[in-house]
Amino acid sequence: MENILVLTHADDSGSALTKASLEAVTAGLEVAARLKAPLTIGLVAVDAAAAAGAVASTGARLLAVSGEAFAQARYATDAAAVEAICRAANASIVLAPGSSRFTRIAAGVAHRVGGFVDTHITALSGAESVEASRWFYRQRIEAVISRAVRPWFLLLDAGTHAAFAGATGSAQIEEIAVQLPSIRTTVSGFRAPAQDAQTIRPDAKMLFVAGAGWTKKQPDGQTHAAEAGELILGFLRNTSSSLGSSKSLVDQGGEGNSVLPFLTHLNQIGQTGSTPRHAKGLSTCCHGEEPHVVGWRFIADRRAISLDPNCGWTRGKADVVYIADAFAVMAKVNEKLEANKA
Amino acid sequence: MANVLHIVVCAGIVPDPLQTLEPVTGPAGPGLKNEMVLPAVLDPWAASALYEAAALAAKNPGSKLWLLSLGPKAKLQQVMMTVAQKVAFELVPIDGPIGGFPDAHATAAALAETIAALPGLDRTKLLLFGGWESATRGAGVTLQLVGERLGITDQFQGVDQIDLHEDGSFEVLERVEGGKHQASVCAGMPAVLGWATGNLAEPRNNPQVGMANMRTIMPALAKAKVAKLEANGLSYLSVALPKQQRETRVVKDMTPDEIAAEVVAWIGAE
Repeated sequence: MENILVLTHADDSGSALTKASLEAVTAGLEVAARLKAPLTIGLVAVDAAAAAGAVASTGARLLAVSGEAFAQARYATDAAAVEAICRAANASIVLAPGSSRFTRIAAGVAHRVGGFVDTHITALSGAESVEASRWFYRQRIEAVISRAVRPWFLLLDAGTHAAFAGATGSAQIEEIAVQLPSIRTTVSGFRAPAQDAQTIRPDAKMLFVAGAGWTKKQPDGQTHAAEAGELILGFLRNTSSSLGSSKSLVDQGGEGNSVLPFLTHLNQIGQTGSTPRHAKGLSTCCHGEEPHVVGWRFIADRRAISLDPNCGWTRGKADVVYIADAFAVMAKVNEKLEANKA
Repeated sequence: MANVLHIVVCAGIVPDPLQTLEPVTGPAGPGLKNEMVLPAVLDPWAASALYEAAALAAKNPGSKLWLLSLGPKAKLQQVMMTVAQKVAFELVPIDGPIGGFPDAHATAAALAETIAALPGLDRTKLLLFGGWESATRGAGVTLQLVGERLGITDQFQGVDQIDLHEDGSFEVLERVEGGKHQASVCAGMPAVLGWATGNLAEPRNNPQVGMANMRTIMPALAKAKVAKLEANGLSYLSVALPKQQRETRVVKDMTPDEIAAEVVAWIGAE
């Protein structure tokens, strides 16, 4: 019989679980119910007792590692904490959110406890055993996998399960002691663009992707990068969309060409970038070839604006493609959005 | 004073992203149709790691750079013809299977064993580099497992920048949620850094560097040890292309104003 452990961690406050952790709790409850297996939830937090309140109503056994050492996301301390929880839980299946914090350590911990890990899990199925879906080749091939060895760690992609939202209550937690290793790494903080310049918004309904065409020569023989920047930022302001970009456009910044100064490699979508989850996506000035489109795997409703009637988007990769000049269209779109707001 | 670094970059080879991929299942499990004849390139994020490593080594005289790559010898040779022209390195090839379907734990074991046996490697000076995920399996676990097997407990993933200080400590910027970087300071080597894109553009081809590299690459390929990767209980229940074809409506005859009206309505629609 399987024994399920869900690993969770607190957010920056140190006393509340992250949304991705609560999604993993939902997955754990579903798998435990399907396999009729006992469920344990492990928590890593500064104040685990406070964080545990959010999962008190699950009825699961709660194991916690608490303390200031776990305020910072760092390999040495996080791996020690999760290893201690795993040893205490003695689980055969370990589910965890695919957050940057747990992605950094899950494989190392799996190795320490003699287990194996698979990541970027998008679905869990199987009536008698656990079967996991994940993508290969940057979201181009989908596979369902299983493992005959235990413990088996599975890191779940964000957004694949609903966040657990049971009644908050007082929880009975079992504190696990951790033998801390020597700490050679100190987290000094976070670097992010100023709030009004932040263009990456994972929770946005819409993804707006800017391709290299925005900085190419226009019909007047000139480039118009500044105007392109204003149109793009105007659209983001009006819609609170998240901004994605092709690698070629971001790379132009390193080659001394006209660039959009607010774009960084963090904005890259596709083969060498991210694969975000948004309900809608609007692509502009991007040719829609496979290296870009693999980043759109989890964008449900896709539209594109392109001057090229033979671009990749027209070949079954977008729902609607407008063959038009994105400069002209986006100027009108912004006008209408601002008029609607007024 | 500059630090002497021993940088090992783990980098796989992947099909050129413009190639059409079709999964097939053979006696050894899933693979890609015509996998051995598909043009291959160095894994993109691992290539970032290689370029960052070369820049770091150049700034720190006396440093050494190894490129460790597991794949079929013939494909490694093909890819190295291009990669060798970018930056100077010593290739450490491992002759093994290609593709994203072999188990990451087995790959990591083969890599760790090879690194542990590298002649001249001083682990107190070791920076273990690679891509934070591959473009094949995309699991983001291999480098971490190699580090764990080598006993390295300062690990960073999604790295975009490293600033090495004179005392041997260094600051790392790692990607975290929400378009932010987490900044950390590590006391020194050894450490594992899984790179995202970094900040360097791809170096231009330099035939002189290429010729110098190829003098050692060909003998290294000839001596490459063979790795047989265990499945570790991993089985594939299905491997398939997604149903991705959409019924695209191509709009050619609308004015920018008409298109804008339709786009705005679409944005507002639930």
